[in-house]
Amino acid sequence: MSITTEKSLGTEAAAPQVALAPVRIERKGLRSYLFMPVVLALVLLALYLYISSQELDTIEQRSLNSEFLLAKTWEHIQLTVVSTILVILIAVPLGVLLTRDFAGSLRPFFLGIANIGQAVPTIGVLALLAVAFNFLFFKAAIVGLVAYTVLPVLRNTMVGLQQVDENVLEAGRGMGISKWGVLTRIELPLAVPIILAGVRTALVINVGAATLAAYIAAGGLGSVLVAGLSTNRITVQITGAVLTLVLALFIDYLAGIAEDVLRPKGL
Amino acid sequence: MNLWEFLQRRYDDMIEAGIDHIWMVGLSVLLCTVIGVALGVATYQTDRPREIVLAITSTFLTIPSFALFVLLIRPLGIGAPPVIVALTMYGLLPIVRNTITGLRGVDPAIVESAQGMGLGRRQRLLQIELPLAWPVIMTGVRVTALILVGIATIGAIVDGPGYGEFIFDGLARVGSPVAVNLVLAGTIGVIIVALLFDTAFNLLGKLTTSRGIR
Repeated sequence: MSITTEKSLGTEAAAPQVALAPVRIERKGLRSYLFMPVVLALVLLALYLYISSQELDTIEQRSLNSEFLLAKTWEHIQLTVVSTILVILIAVPLGVLLTRDFAGSLRPFFLGIANIGQAVPTIGVLALLAVAFNFLFFKAAIVGLVAYTVLPVLRNTMVGLQQVDENVLEAGRGMGISKWGVLTRIELPLAVPIILAGVRTALVINVGAATLAAYIAAGGLGSVLVAGLSTNRITVQITGAVLTLVLALFIDYLAGIAEDVLRPKGL
Repeated sequence: MNLWEFLQRRYDDMIEAGIDHIWMVGLSVLLCTVIGVALGVATYQTDRPREIVLAITSTFLTIPSFALFVLLIRPLGIGAPPVIVALTMYGLLPIVRNTITGLRGVDPAIVESAQGMGLGRRQRLLQIELPLAWPVIMTGVRVTALILVGIATIGAIVDGPGYGEFIFDGLARVGSPVAVNLVLAGTIGVIIVALLFDTAFNLLGKLTTSRGIR
């Protein structure tokens, strides 16, 4: 997990470089891959046993049935995955464009926006869409999530491309590789670890922010939490919270595996 | 009523929410710094404990804040306490990680010459290693402060004080004219607090960095 990798950039010169690389570099053994899913499965089992041991009143039954919970979980996954894919489609090409020579003067401007944008709270973005444009439901949540998480991915893409050794690129050009070839065969592969760290950050932010989508009627597991809070039912609150927590950790776990698998072999 | 009139009328509330937001985040950052630096110092030399501390603190940061706030209602009630505990959990990773990175980045030759000069383990840490690692640690503190300012906003769900109240108040009144002003005022307030913290910690970092490496 490296939610902070991009945030430590743009500060003092000395520190960010060290804080930039993804936390784990070495490939892990099989046992550490199994640890997280086993723990999460045990947590879910404990939750199931706890809920089945309770006498549920009708209000609780309305939220605590597998149909409702599965629907909300599926909504949550959709919110997270759709917004993250859109973010990659927008931010990576934009990052590539902004690191080309002709975009030199635009770069500080975009990095500046990326810096200030970090300070805007997610709930502020979602709430503004709702109250200012009366824009609610799934699409609004996607727009809000994308607007917010484009920044870390854009920033990591730019930083990842810029840290590629100029000599390596020069060597590539010297070998007669075209501009496009240099970009796709040398620059991008070398930037992949940092870009992936940004994508994982975006994914983690999106899972968390998607819980807030319940406040603009976009569903997701946040609506279980809201239901639990508004009806003051502790069982519903705990179920919503535990499911959200398990989903977030599991998605981050999958992203970690993706990071390990997608990293170019030579690095 | 436009935003400007709204801000003039709710001036007192804005200032009060700002002070609440600042002290909650400030206190949490302080707790994070004390705990985080201690954890970093305790684990930076040993591989296994270091990995475990980093894994646990990064897991904290992965937990959606809405879920954590709700889980903390039962043990801690509502209001500021659950918010501060949650914020302290969220803010550990950048500080722990940068403490470890900073301490491990200190040139071993310097530590060795300190040892040669007869400095004990404790003196080496306090007089040589920590001062040299301090700029990196302070960067971690700044990152933590920025993250926490944002997350503190969500604390309004469990009645935590601060600008989140404005935003959730506005959300509850979708469609009414005052809603936009409430949300805008809350969001702008959060951004201002974030910029204040960033400037303050930037200055503090410069002032507390040992003169030799400034």
